[in-house]
Amino acid sequence: MKILVCISQTPDTTSKISFSADGRTFNEAGVQFIMNPYDEWYALVRACELRESLGGSVTALNVGPAANETTIRKALAIGADEAVRIDAVPPSSAFVAKQIASFAKDHGFDMILLGKETIDYNGSEVGAMVSEHLDLPYVSYASKLDLNGNTATIEREIEGGVEILEVDLPFVASAAKGMAEQRIPNMRGIMSARTKPLNVVAPVPFEDQVETLKFTLPPAKAGVKLVNPEDMDELVRLLHEEAKAI
Amino acid sequence: MVLVFAESPRGQIKKTAFEAVTYGKKVADQLGTSCVAVVLGTNAANAGELGKYGASKVLQVADAALNDFDSQTYTAVLADVAKQQGAKVVVLCHTSTGKAIAGRLSVRLGAGLVSGVNSLPETGTFSVRKSVFSGKAIVDYSIKSDVKIVSLMGNAVRPDASGSPVSIENISVSVPAGRIRVKSVKTQEGTVPLPEAEIVVSAGRGMKEPTNWGIVEDLANTLGATTACSRPVADSGWRPHHEHVGQTGIAIRPNLYIAIGISGAIQHLAGVNNSKVIVVINKDAEAPFFKAADYGVVGDLFEVVPRLTEAIKKFKAAH
Repeated sequence: MKILVCISQTPDTTSKISFSADGRTFNEAGVQFIMNPYDEWYALVRACELRESLGGSVTALNVGPAANETTIRKALAIGADEAVRIDAVPPSSAFVAKQIASFAKDHGFDMILLGKETIDYNGSEVGAMVSEHLDLPYVSYASKLDLNGNTATIEREIEGGVEILEVDLPFVASAAKGMAEQRIPNMRGIMSARTKPLNVVAPVPFEDQVETLKFTLPPAKAGVKLVNPEDMDELVRLLHEEAKAI
Repeated sequence: MVLVFAESPRGQIKKTAFEAVTYGKKVADQLGTSCVAVVLGTNAANAGELGKYGASKVLQVADAALNDFDSQTYTAVLADVAKQQGAKVVVLCHTSTGKAIAGRLSVRLGAGLVSGVNSLPETGTFSVRKSVFSGKAIVDYSIKSDVKIVSLMGNAVRPDASGSPVSIENISVSVPAGRIRVKSVKTQEGTVPLPEAEIVVSAGRGMKEPTNWGIVEDLANTLGATTACSRPVADSGWRPHHEHVGQTGIAIRPNLYIAIGISGAIQHLAGVNNSKVIVVINKDAEAPFFKAADYGVVGDLFEVVPRLTEAIKKFKAAH
């Protein structure tokens, strides 16, 4: 079983988000970066579990600059056998997908896993793009994934419920809560991560069809209007007349 | 031509698709062209209604192989329809279906994609806006390709049903064999799914016991709202996991979000801070959620919530 897990590096949820004055670039100063939680907690851990029960290997792949290697080493500490970094500062999800697909196409992976979305750009685009580049089935928002021989049974989150489906290897799936439980790397994992292979690969050329024009911060909230707990008629009036929410 | 994929999960076209057609019609008006909707599969009894929302034509690929969802076959069929019809803009819904297709379709058509948009494009640059960093920032993207794809965030556009129904035109497109076998679908019946809900009533650990949820349900029923909960409540099994809103749960953007006994951890806010109006009810005046709220009630939820339910009943009776 050869599994590829695509990991992204994102600002920690609690980070303060700010941009350069022209709104073109994200200010990285003082920001704590982490592995995208859906990639780490669900996709990577489930890949390691499958490898532990079925044998094979888990490759973690990141498209990013050398500064991302701390995050990549964490993936190795959690349990990936080897890692690949495609050396680029990715300008878009389409770029990332192209790089992943270009790397994966000659490596015969049985399964490609990644998180349901990243917590920075929230696009949920990469998995679908990779699948199309590779002409593979794609299951998004998988909250449960079991393998029986060559066939996976997957629960996929849909609006107001789940869909249960079967798909044969190879395929691409994006992972949601429920697929696995977060693992904290232990000392042995951290030590062995230092010596596991981390290969750096040059990116392939790609022409973007989407240009980032400008980042802005949402308008600040006007501040909370407190309503007397004894007077819920007043809250209803405000919700109707002022907020027009009911 | 603007092509809108009007999804029909389990044979029914729903609000999200009506929103997408309303949006597609506005984009078509900007571009001086028409808006055409396409439905896939044999079950879409209410497809003609899409005309009311601005579709000048409704096309249907009535092949039973499309009744179950497979992103690969759907993408192949939609790409063919887009090419056949000469679509310049393709609009999808930013739903479980749309998210699984959008990226595929952009690769297949060589078209730029912006997913989860919440604004109309600027004429000229075709720049569209979306919320990023879990609601902490906004970004404008410009799509440069000849064919452009956007997926529309739920509740970003109010469906406008001022037009007239149209008849459905069957079109023939070859449907490749799917590789995904759908075995079953389990959904909550009788409630509006959280991503589509206009009003959400959500409760957290301040409820103290799972048996206390009656007052939350009463309020939700009175408002016609969907119930939700915070992560600790779902994790401790007080409420089902599908009710969990927040970063690891479901991200929502209803018109009205009422948070009861939820302190407002940043991971929770990340999933709800795009709600248009937020009401927070909490006995702790220092709860961080008040900073993100529009209206706040500092008080004992066991008294305040039933009082609010009564006030809404009174309001509904008078309106």
